[in-house]
Amino acid sequence: MTSALTLAHTAHAQEGEPIKIGVLHSLSGTMAISETTLKDTVLMLVEQQNAKGGVLGRPLEAVVVDPASDWPLFAEKARELLTVSEVDAIFGCWTSVSRKSVLPVIEELNGLLFYPVQYEGEESSKNVIYTGAAPNQQAIPAVDYMRDELGVESWALLGTDYVYPRTTNNILDAYLKDNGTAPEDIFVNYTPFGHSDWSRIVADVVALGAGGKKVGVVSTINGDANVGFYKELAAAGVSADDIPVMAFSVGEEELSGLDTADLVGHLAAWNYFQTAESDVNTAFIEEWKAFTGDEDRVTNDPMEATVIGFNAWVAAVEAAGTTDVDPVLDAIVGVEVPNLTGGTATVLPNHHITKPVLIGEIRDDGQFDIVSQTEPVPGDAWTDFLPESAVLEADWPGQSCGMFNTETETCVQVQSNY
Amino acid sequence: MTRLGRVLPLLAALLMPICAQANPALEAVIADNLEGLERPSRLTVEPLVAQIAATGPEGLALLQAWSERQLGLTEDGRAVIIGDDDAATDAVTGQPVPEADPQMLRPNSGVRGVIESALVAGALNDPDPSRRRAALDSLARGGSFEQLTALRAALDDPDPTLAARKARLERLLTIQVGENSEARVTAIEDLAGDVSLDFRAALNPLLVTRRVVATEEPQGNVAREISIDGDDLPREAAIALLVSEGVLEPRLTSAEQRAALAANLSDGRVGGVPVADLSDPDARDRAYEALEDAGTVPPAATEAEVQAALDAHRVYELYAEPDPAVTEAARAAQIRAQVRLGAMQGIDLGLDALSLASIYFLAAIGLAVTFGVMRVINMAHGEFIMMGAYTGYTVQTLIADRTLSLVVALPLAFAVTFGAGVVLYRLVIRHLAHRPLETLLATFGVSIALQQLAKNIFGTQARPLTAPAWLEGSITINDVISISSIRVAIFVLALLFLGLFLFIMKRTRLGLEVRAVTQNPGMAASMGINPDRIAMMTFGLGSGIAGIAGVAIGLFAQVTSEIGQQYIVQSFMTVVVGGVGNIWGTLAGATLIGGLSKVIESFNPGNTLAAQTFMILFIIIFIQFRPRGIIPQKGRAAEA
Amino acid sequence: MTRTPFILRTPSTLIVLAVLAVFTITVTLLSAAYGTGAIPTSMVKTLGMTLCLALAAVAMDLVWGYLGILSLGQMAFFALGGYMIGQWLMYARTEGIVAASLSGNPIPFTPQELRDGVTNQIFGVVGSAELPMVWGFAHSLTLQLILVVAVPGLLALVFGWLAFRSRVNGVYLSILTQAMTLALALWLFQNDSGFRGNNGLSGLQNLPGLDHVGQARLSVWFLWASALALGLFYVIAAWLVSGKFGSVTRAIRDDETRVRFLGYPVEGFKLVVFTLAAMITAIAGALYYPQAGIINPAEMMPIASIYLAVWVAIGGRGRLYGAVIGAFVVSLLSTWFTGGRAPSINLPGYVVNWVDWWQVALGLSFVLVTLYAPKGIAGIFDLIGRKGDRA
Repeated sequence: MTSALTLAHTAHAQEGEPIKIGVLHSLSGTMAISETTLKDTVLMLVEQQNAKGGVLGRPLEAVVVDPASDWPLFAEKARELLTVSEVDAIFGCWTSVSRKSVLPVIEELNGLLFYPVQYEGEESSKNVIYTGAAPNQQAIPAVDYMRDELGVESWALLGTDYVYPRTTNNILDAYLKDNGTAPEDIFVNYTPFGHSDWSRIVADVVALGAGGKKVGVVSTINGDANVGFYKELAAAGVSADDIPVMAFSVGEEELSGLDTADLVGHLAAWNYFQTAESDVNTAFIEEWKAFTGDEDRVTNDPMEATVIGFNAWVAAVEAAGTTDVDPVLDAIVGVEVPNLTGGTATVLPNHHITKPVLIGEIRDDGQFDIVSQTEPVPGDAWTDFLPESAVLEADWPGQSCGMFNTETETCVQVQSNY
Repeated sequence: MTRLGRVLPLLAALLMPICAQANPALEAVIADNLEGLERPSRLTVEPLVAQIAATGPEGLALLQAWSERQLGLTEDGRAVIIGDDDAATDAVTGQPVPEADPQMLRPNSGVRGVIESALVAGALNDPDPSRRRAALDSLARGGSFEQLTALRAALDDPDPTLAARKARLERLLTIQVGENSEARVTAIEDLAGDVSLDFRAALNPLLVTRRVVATEEPQGNVAREISIDGDDLPREAAIALLVSEGVLEPRLTSAEQRAALAANLSDGRVGGVPVADLSDPDARDRAYEALEDAGTVPPAATEAEVQAALDAHRVYELYAEPDPAVTEAARAAQIRAQVRLGAMQGIDLGLDALSLASIYFLAAIGLAVTFGVMRVINMAHGEFIMMGAYTGYTVQTLIADRTLSLVVALPLAFAVTFGAGVVLYRLVIRHLAHRPLETLLATFGVSIALQQLAKNIFGTQARPLTAPAWLEGSITINDVISISSIRVAIFVLALLFLGLFLFIMKRTRLGLEVRAVTQNPGMAASMGINPDRIAMMTFGLGSGIAGIAGVAIGLFAQVTSEIGQQYIVQSFMTVVVGGVGNIWGTLAGATLIGGLSKVIESFNPGNTLAAQTFMILFIIIFIQFRPRGIIPQKGRAAEA
Repeated sequence: MTRTPFILRTPSTLIVLAVLAVFTITVTLLSAAYGTGAIPTSMVKTLGMTLCLALAAVAMDLVWGYLGILSLGQMAFFALGGYMIGQWLMYARTEGIVAASLSGNPIPFTPQELRDGVTNQIFGVVGSAELPMVWGFAHSLTLQLILVVAVPGLLALVFGWLAFRSRVNGVYLSILTQAMTLALALWLFQNDSGFRGNNGLSGLQNLPGLDHVGQARLSVWFLWASALALGLFYVIAAWLVSGKFGSVTRAIRDDETRVRFLGYPVEGFKLVVFTLAAMITAIAGALYYPQAGIINPAEMMPIASIYLAVWVAIGGRGRLYGAVIGAFVVSLLSTWFTGGRAPSINLPGYVVNWVDWWQVALGLSFVLVTLYAPKGIAGIFDLIGRKGDRA
């Protein structure tokens, strides 16, 4: 089916040298589980774009490499993409550490990276467009929801021990304390990747109930470890009414590894759910299922971020009339493209985008009921809730600076700190 | 509200004539609050709920349906209740609404909490026990004095468990919102010594304190005075507290000092100090003092002022609860519960440790067997665990009934991994006899090949392996001591295998031969035992047990191609610490490691990763003192 | 006994040095910075890194092939070397950035302000406000260079002393070394360990003060340094194992008890070789990570050390050039197969994608080598050599 489509497209192939774009997602190793989906998404988008006549009248060609979940290899492959394959844009990375590995290479060689995953913020590079959520586009609205709508007063911040949960929890800790939560009402725990023995931690969370306040869990637990966590939670008889769990890293893909009957009512915060009601989304899901040839394939938030990034790049290239990085970067700020939840996403001067925040309740079919949706929130590169970051901002077209101190009116650094 | 404008006349025209026994008040409330019904918020929904409840039985029925997510709004703005049989009835008239296609309302759990709370009083005597239970659940999350009164009036219940719960809830609510001091103190004393979560949840809020800075003892329920510069309030914290209370000016930060100096820069000097010297903090202080003297900058708080402020003020802790008699009783009750609570937490920790130990035991037992008999470490052991788990998953996709699938999966996992073990033995291990390090590496090659193979076959996504319903949930002694049923089942499984293993080793011909080969392979061979066959059988047996362990682990954790890696190092540790060639050694090793992990984890609840590091360090040091493990192997084999 | 110079007694050493020299010169002449540009900079980096891996493999061969200790924790030393040099690289680079930023203010900055700025830059990302104690020497290149060998050396010394004195050997020792590297990795994985947790140290390819040089030239410089280190330590290792010292270590490998009964301080020999190998590995690591650009604790997970053993085994252990060959062949093949450029094989009904199947092939070939070619690839040279003897 897929090959037939490709053939059909080459039939009316465009004139001119193909424009190359790099796909830098792990296809093997621990991260392959999540990243392969994004590789397929980019391939699908390229195929669709070519069917529409390509970009600037030239066809697109995706160059796929496999950094194999090996962080140094990400830098190596990025250099290869930029110098050997000479790609004009790269779609890639998932974990923060892979992005930090690629950053110096991208900045040195003046490449262009579209990063599609929610992350901890505190960064803005000239050469990266962050299409995933910054903390203010996910964590803060989610906590507001739990506090206002669910009445949570006592917090358990559970996370996998790496930088995204650490920074997110630091921000949430500061935010909650600013809003009058006592330090003893915040319980923080970090576990290793792939942790499977959750009995103790779930017991600790349940014991928080002794404080007489409504307990809520904010989970930044990553990947597979969620399976054991939710199983233990269900076994302990903790219902979403007693202790709601708000997850930032659990989406449709993760839930497909679980029996969700016991998780109904627990929550997740994203900027996209497959159940979002809009025509573009319906079309997108259909195309995705056709492309993968699998009726059961789900869509998820980083996929939407990839779509937005891809469309923004196409729009910017069309506007700039070239694929050269600097004109494209100039053109891309302010570009407005439709997102899949029925609104639009605008690329901001700090190289983040506007995204609505959606809160979903887990259903027993592994999908989410959207119970809350905000207006699009502009992504904040430097959080306002940590004192050192509050004075910083990123303004690429204005100040040509990704880390501008608004108090001293100086650019702290032009290149990123990796 | 444009929509409302459209809808109202329509409603009036359509509904008025039809519904004779309608509830016009409810109808009006609905019409006025379509937006509020559609998008309720916990913070604002309470007046609406009260309004609806006040309209009478129809209103209460509507609330009930709303909280159960059985309420919908039709295109023309009517509220309809969808019953269990999918039939729609109008919420106002009670008339059936055929062919209604309402938009279902999905209030979030916070809103539902508010609604349920409003329904409590009526539901306490509802004939339906599930409604009564729901009402009690709602009350358990907090209640008002009116609800307490309602509860007291409804204490009788045909269902004895519900009656007991009502009585208990009455006591708990009395503690929180009782009519007077005596009643509350009595309620506390009635329950004192209880360690259950709900009682502690009622007590602890009474004992919440806040810190107050004052020059003399403040009004209110004072818990205690905190001495400044003591353990509870170090000097720096006290200064910060005074600053935040506004009784002390904040000290000058270096950034502020720098900004002030920069603002007063003239002719390359600040306050007479050359700019080039200002990279020295002392020079900055001198420059700032000069500016202070000149009056160009405000004086900063000096050390003497800080000390004076500290001397002048005292810090108190005040109870939020104003009634001293209640806090006194609560404190006494809390102290009484403390020792019991500690003991129970200890027991709970012990159960966790036991559970982890039995998992490690199951995972390591096969490794110990092969190591004991053949002196080889099978690095692919983890992948046998993985094969077992995937077998369980595959069986579950084929057989829908979870109990039956588990019954099939366990022996099948054993058979599959037994076969894999035998194949591995015949093809690889046999050819590497007496070269343990080469065996280790060759089996490692098998391990990475198997892992990647699993990824190719099953994908990298975690696969679901779900326990049957009777293994879901947990066994709960009280609110502190509880353990999930699946862990108990794994413990039983581990015991079963311990028994089975002992039986095979001590009571069967195979066991006798295995023991003979373990102790002296040469001698055993000359007695007519085929060491090759024995080695193959033990290898298969060890691998088979790993397969069963895989199913067990998959039931409570995630089934991925890396599941084996999670357990393999711990399994090695278990074998090394326990000592080889003896099942009791493995048991001791698993118990030590499982127990130790949990104890270290409980010391450091914020960081599970550090706990793991400390455990491995402990094991490395332990090996120094007992290089052959807790129960070392005796005899000639030990020297090999 | 005539004393011919050591280098002449071991022609293999000469050959290796010659090949290394030719290799380095060829790569230089084909590099983008100093030659035709036929080899892109990313490939130069890969080759330079491979040289470092080969050096680590040589050290591994010393411990395993000549001493009989299958250490499954060698990469802990490798990564520690990388961390030690990484601290300086990161600190010095950040110091430059912060100093430039602070100079914007009319008032010159104090050392404390500089340090605070650096701390905020390096640790603000991972949410810490204070510079951890372990960064106390990070401002000084000399001190960190000493630490590159001192820290792994000390770790090896203490660990080895504890392990050898209690006569832990064989598979027990292997498992224990594995536990050591796992413990270290888990420790470093913690965000609060002072080494930035899972994020590790990054941006290491940008040498402080050498921004104007460019990665094209830097990569060649590092290739030279790596080649030099490999050559130097190869000679040292070859000299060590060719003499009486080498005979004793091989005797320990083959029968430890007998050597002990002959009066040799077995533990001492083991400790010297183990510590020396750790230091060599650390130097390899210190050269490797500035080329890789990033180091994080995953680099010292047990699997990495096992791969090192795999290279040595495939190359042929017990001969130093075997280790070099193994490291080169397997790591370059891995790069090629996982790079997505190896052609897929179209079987009827199934397409074999190397990205998916390379690990399987590696694992199986590894089993086959262990079973049928215990001397590894270097065994082929034996065959050639023997033919040469006959001729």
